[in-house]
Amino acid sequence: MIDRKYIGHTMPPFEVLVEKGRLRFFAKATGQTDPVYADEAAAHAAGHPALPVPPTFLFCLEMESPDPAAIRNLLGMDYRKLLHGEQGFTFHRMAYAGDVLRFEQRIEDIYDKKGGALEFVVRKTRVSNQRGEHVADLRAVTVLRHG
Amino acid sequence: MTLPSFDALQVGDAIPVLELPPVSRLTLALYCGASGDHNPIHVDTDFAHSAGMPDVIAHGMLSMGWLARLLTNWVPQTAIRDYSVRFAAMTQVHEKITCTGQVTEKFEVDGERRVRLSLTTANAEGQVKLAGDAVVALA
Repeated sequence: MIDRKYIGHTMPPFEVLVEKGRLRFFAKATGQTDPVYADEAAAHAAGHPALPVPPTFLFCLEMESPDPAAIRNLLGMDYRKLLHGEQGFTFHRMAYAGDVLRFEQRIEDIYDKKGGALEFVVRKTRVSNQRGEHVADLRAVTVLRHG
Repeated sequence: MTLPSFDALQVGDAIPVLELPPVSRLTLALYCGASGDHNPIHVDTDFAHSAGMPDVIAHGMLSMGWLARLLTNWVPQTAIRDYSVRFAAMTQVHEKITCTGQVTEKFEVDGERRVRLSLTTANAEGQVKLAGDAVVALA
């Protein structure tokens, strides 16, 4: 069982630069056909100061943590038994290429179901930009399967 | 892009669907690099076999990215307030995925008129892979 003492635990914050090339690559990988996400002229014409960060790319940026395994290791979870159960985003303002985003992760909850056969870890991540403005809140539910 | 009309929308209305080409190994390799999710279960067939799986499986977050395209095809991204999904089933190579959304609620909060949508991705047989919802602000 994961030690419930980690409920409320916060991880060291980290910052990630939003790279323009990564946004173009992500647009290609997701089959994005809207030029706003890959062509700066189209982004400007739509009123954006730079290429916008698409909704789910914030999750990818979160994985740019200096130690992406930090929470897994802290909680002693075997990655081979992990599933991504749920993912959520609450958006407060747009993020753009060139922004430096700050990620603050907190272990919101740990609980189990099916007599402990499944354990759930809820992680909440606050994202803000280089001006200290609140960009988004991410919520991830990781499932640890026992047996 | 103009916003859909809040007044004209009714609960039960569907938004335009997004149909994806069959999932290819190239798509999974590209998403592996672009997303930074290098878990071998999505790209390395040898690894998948060693883990007792018949083949690699698509990234759940790739499907969530497709569903986000469904939304941003319909409204500008600045209108999206909230977006969440549950990963219900694995998406396999060669599956043809369709993204759909339907209005489930109309409401007003913070002086803003919003709709809630239920969202799904499903394969050609109708098996739901992702189920979620989004809240979008409309004029």
